[in-house]
Amino acid sequence: MYRYSEFDTAFLAERNAQFRAQVERRIDGSLTEDEFKPLRLMNGLYLQLHAYMLRVAIPYGTLNAAQMRQLALLAEKWDKGYGHFTTRQNIQYNWPKLRDVPDMLDALAEVGLHAIQTSGNTIRNVTADHFAGAAADEVADPRPYAELLRQWSTDHPEFQFMPRKFKIAITGSANDRAVIKAHDIGLQLVVRDGVLGARVIVGGGLGRTPMIGQELSPFVAFDDLLAYLEATVSVWNQIGRRDNKYKARIKITVFEHGIEAIRARVNERFVKVRGRFKGADMALLDEIKGHFAPPSWRTSSLAPFEAAYAKDPVFRSWVDTNIAAHKQADHAIVTISLKAHGATPGDATAEQMRVMADLAERYGYDELRISHEQNVILPHVHKSDLPAIHAELAANGLGTANIGLISDIIACPGMDYCALATARSIPVAQEIATRFEELKLEHEIGALKIKISGCINACGHHHVGHIGILGLDRAGVENYQITLGGDATETAAIGERTGPGFAYDQIVPAVERIVETYLDQRRDREESFIETYRRVGMAPFKAALYPEARADAA
Amino acid sequence: MARAFTPKVVTANDLLDGDVIYQTADDRWSRVLSEAELITDEAHAQLRLLDASRQAARVVGAYLADARPGPNGPEPVHFREDFRRTGPSNYAHGKQETSPQPRI
Repeated sequence: MYRYSEFDTAFLAERNAQFRAQVERRIDGSLTEDEFKPLRLMNGLYLQLHAYMLRVAIPYGTLNAAQMRQLALLAEKWDKGYGHFTTRQNIQYNWPKLRDVPDMLDALAEVGLHAIQTSGNTIRNVTADHFAGAAADEVADPRPYAELLRQWSTDHPEFQFMPRKFKIAITGSANDRAVIKAHDIGLQLVVRDGVLGARVIVGGGLGRTPMIGQELSPFVAFDDLLAYLEATVSVWNQIGRRDNKYKARIKITVFEHGIEAIRARVNERFVKVRGRFKGADMALLDEIKGHFAPPSWRTSSLAPFEAAYAKDPVFRSWVDTNIAAHKQADHAIVTISLKAHGATPGDATAEQMRVMADLAERYGYDELRISHEQNVILPHVHKSDLPAIHAELAANGLGTANIGLISDIIACPGMDYCALATARSIPVAQEIATRFEELKLEHEIGALKIKISGCINACGHHHVGHIGILGLDRAGVENYQITLGGDATETAAIGERTGPGFAYDQIVPAVERIVETYLDQRRDREESFIETYRRVGMAPFKAALYPEARADAA
Repeated sequence: MARAFTPKVVTANDLLDGDVIYQTADDRWSRVLSEAELITDEAHAQLRLLDASRQAARVVGAYLADARPGPNGPEPVHFREDFRRTGPSNYAHGKQETSPQPRI
């Protein structure tokens, strides 16, 4: 867990004091909205449909118990008792008052959190594999490097007014849980000849022109990586399009110039900037690594876990669904579902945040993670503590056993909150989850990722959902397009559109028909939805979705 | 040919709490759409929008939204404006929490 240095603390205090004065000047009329807007956005403050919204970064998704409790305090003291965890490892407060925001930022600073660069055309919160530091399959913990990137990108003078926003994701594992191929830059830690470095992916992104990132370099050693990234961002900063905001992201630059041309420019630039990095970054990285040293793992008998697993079917179902393999065989990674059937995906009440903080402190080496899939993770738990943890979670509406299943839906806030949205997404997610809970089919269906966005900007990652749903405004009514076959992992793929969209009251029945088709078509229970889709293709799903088209053709 | 002008209301967000507000005929800002001034003349609409935009210390992002006459005052035309006048659908928050009070 990174601990702020004196420099970090002073920097944040100064920045917050500046913003406090800016808010005062806006309220007393000395700043117009046009003048104030870029200032508030730099500090994570949006104006949404019904209220302001404060977006707080959770760098690389890592929190300790004290930070989680502070997030709960903000929810209770200045909001409506809850927070919304987003697909970019941020938390959003939907109802802050303008006058209160400086106090909220000061409260966040007390625990080393901030909202800097959670908006604007800057390098945004660097996201990471939510199992980082715990996963059995990683080559190294990516978080020290993510923290170095946070420090490098924060207030970086060259990168404050870029053509558009810029998102970096990092993973230490070949099994990609951080969607690195859908980011402006994706980094995968790899070891070559005993040297730690990263494979660099560039030009991925969703939104109105979805693209899968391409490999810019198969390996850049750590001591060259920061210079290499600076070169990459700087090439785009110079040649990226500023004439058209829809063509400004690096994915378009890579597409228009071609990956070879971009690579050549990056290499040329890299040679120029490399000399400026004289090793101070590596000294800093070494120091940061110390903050992320693994805890001393405790040992204990596994008997209580095994007994509970054998006799309690509810606990067994939760373990089978929500637990992932830890690098220590007697430990486990617990994913706490924020997707209780019918609840808003990603929302947690202040009380639930405190429960999770307490569990982390008591059983989890004081560590929590937030996933881009809008759940909370206890990354290090000794298996013998799982029964107690499950009981506590279940008593607080956090015990849902649905990770990776049909009701574990990613959904953006949509038109219930977002000023950019063209349709609602939260109620669609709620109704799908409720419907399949009624049918008691969820575990029978197995692994299936539904992702819903309420507009073309794709915060809900619909393009990479096995079933993607995109809410649009068609002639003044909500209309939902469906894509199938998207994939957010190392085998990333953009889903394919099924055909015409569905009205609000038709979208849940449409999803039901897709799932029925899968159950009908699959070879056996072992063949997942995405595997079946890849084998049989679009045709049977299309036939189930548009029976009238089939009738017309007949 | 230019499209015929359709009735509008002037709407914005309150500077301090962000709540959706509407301009009334007697120059107040109301939290209730049905109290808004329904504007049927294009030139008058532009003037009223200018009036609103000048109040930078009270309102943010004033614009003209389509509306139609209803039995109790203006009604939204588009579903986005319906959500704005109501609040989110997942919780009874915002305007659904308390009976909205007109502001002077």
